[in-house]
Amino acid sequence: MNLSVDLAGVTLKNPVMTASGTFGSGEEYSEFVDLGRLGAVVTKGVANVPWPGNPAPRIAETYGGMLNAIGLQNPGIDVFVKRDIPFLKQFDTRIVVNVCGRTTEDYEEVVERLSGEPVDLLEINISCPNVKEGGIAFGQNAGAAEAITRAVKAKARQPVIMKLSPNVTDIAEMARAVEAGGADAVSLINTLTGMKIDVHRRTFALANRTGGLSGPAVRPVAVRMVYQAAQAVEIPVVGMGGIRNAEDALEFILAGATAVSVGTANFHDPYVTVKIVDGLREYMERYGVSDIRELIGAVK
Amino acid sequence: MKRKESARVLSQECLAPGIFSLWLETGIGDEAVPGQFVSLYSRDGSRLLPRPISLCEIGDGRIRLVYRVAGAGTEEFSTLRPGDAIEVLGPLGNGFPLEEAGGRRVFLIGGGIGVPPMLELAKRLSGEKLLVMGYRDDVLFLKRELEENGSLFLATEDGSVGTKGNVLDAIRENGLSAEMIFACGPAPMLRALKAYAGERGIPAWISMEERMACGIGACLACVCGSREVDGHSHVKNKRICKDGPVFLAEEVEL
Repeated sequence: MNLSVDLAGVTLKNPVMTASGTFGSGEEYSEFVDLGRLGAVVTKGVANVPWPGNPAPRIAETYGGMLNAIGLQNPGIDVFVKRDIPFLKQFDTRIVVNVCGRTTEDYEEVVERLSGEPVDLLEINISCPNVKEGGIAFGQNAGAAEAITRAVKAKARQPVIMKLSPNVTDIAEMARAVEAGGADAVSLINTLTGMKIDVHRRTFALANRTGGLSGPAVRPVAVRMVYQAAQAVEIPVVGMGGIRNAEDALEFILAGATAVSVGTANFHDPYVTVKIVDGLREYMERYGVSDIRELIGAVK
Repeated sequence: MKRKESARVLSQECLAPGIFSLWLETGIGDEAVPGQFVSLYSRDGSRLLPRPISLCEIGDGRIRLVYRVAGAGTEEFSTLRPGDAIEVLGPLGNGFPLEEAGGRRVFLIGGGIGVPPMLELAKRLSGEKLLVMGYRDDVLFLKRELEENGSLFLATEDGSVGTKGNVLDAIRENGLSAEMIFACGPAPMLRALKAYAGERGIPAWISMEERMACGIGACLACVCGSREVDGHSHVKNKRICKDGPVFLAEEVEL
């Protein structure tokens, strides 16, 4: 039975990855799961310098989901290269570094710093709804998305996954834009911009007022967008949005995702990622599927 | 070693309106220390995030949680009956540094639902213990157990028992002093204790609270500002769930 997939020229032992921002750089979750059993660890976004993030409260639970406005707190590329990459290199898994920035130059600087590092793929976050400058500004305009992709690709030594925002009118247009800019893959969805109000205190639940919605509540939206993106481009698609179990992951794979990322579900169950790997194997046994690649985009 | 497992409910008791005491059978009790907490998971899939709850007592293969019903999640926990199972993750956080007390006279100060973690701490400390507890009214949950483990002084908001006012009012009215503080309670209380300790030059170890998601230090939801650059993100933000919840008051922003 084959669970391995090819993502932009990089072989993953299975299609299960972690969603950026929910899994740190893997250290905390390594107390619960063997990172070597995952297709890849996708790190929390790293910028050229440390970012302090947003004021608290940064999260709020919602029905079947949660809002977050962490604000991309991160230690910056210097600490990341010294500490987090060597940590991840101890495990037999692929390393995908998520990159964030405020300006094109910020992204270029981080990508250049990573060029000589033993990382397998880069995921470029142009879709964070929780920081004012950068991020989402590139992710909601097709021309800007194509331009930042082109700029990053000119500096990158590893294959580049562009992470798309669902907060757009036409996801297919955005996917085609980054493909035109030279992206090696796309990943989606980042979180949906939302808001929660505490009616007893009559205040915003988040200090940032708005936050990104994730969790099972968003999954049907995410599956639809992954399907539309996969129909629109030739490059591989990484699907995510509310995946809790193997069946959820298979929805994305059947919709056209080559790999999937698991995010919010880690907060509900720190063992969930390896359970999904096991669940994919069980599904393949049950339906006599010898190669998981047969399932990619196989929805009828 | 942190773990998530299914724990068996040994007992559940309502101590006061909206305040419940839950004993769980779990190996987490073999490893936990006072001031640590656990995350409890709802059985309702619409509620994804665990609820962090402090440890009130720690025994062989068991833990006691005394918690306030604050929403739908804790409401659900309050319906658990002996024999029921509940998913629990722990032990989490750092706990109170008992060794810092070193036999000195210490204040153990709790306010409201910050009272429960003081019980196990009081049981473990050997020196002179001044327990100063603040309640809303005369529903004094855990009073008997606290009295058995130190000299207890009370403050109530409505003045029905002990000093009318807060824990600092009780300290003043009773002419109390100590060489260090361990405390858990609402932010205004911790802020006042930080100032009190600063004026007297005594260390105050305080347990902080914030909305949490992962509970293990990965998601960076539950941060508080810190005086020094933190070891994780190097930005003066401590992770309450992992670096805390117990901090030296002078090191954190309140």
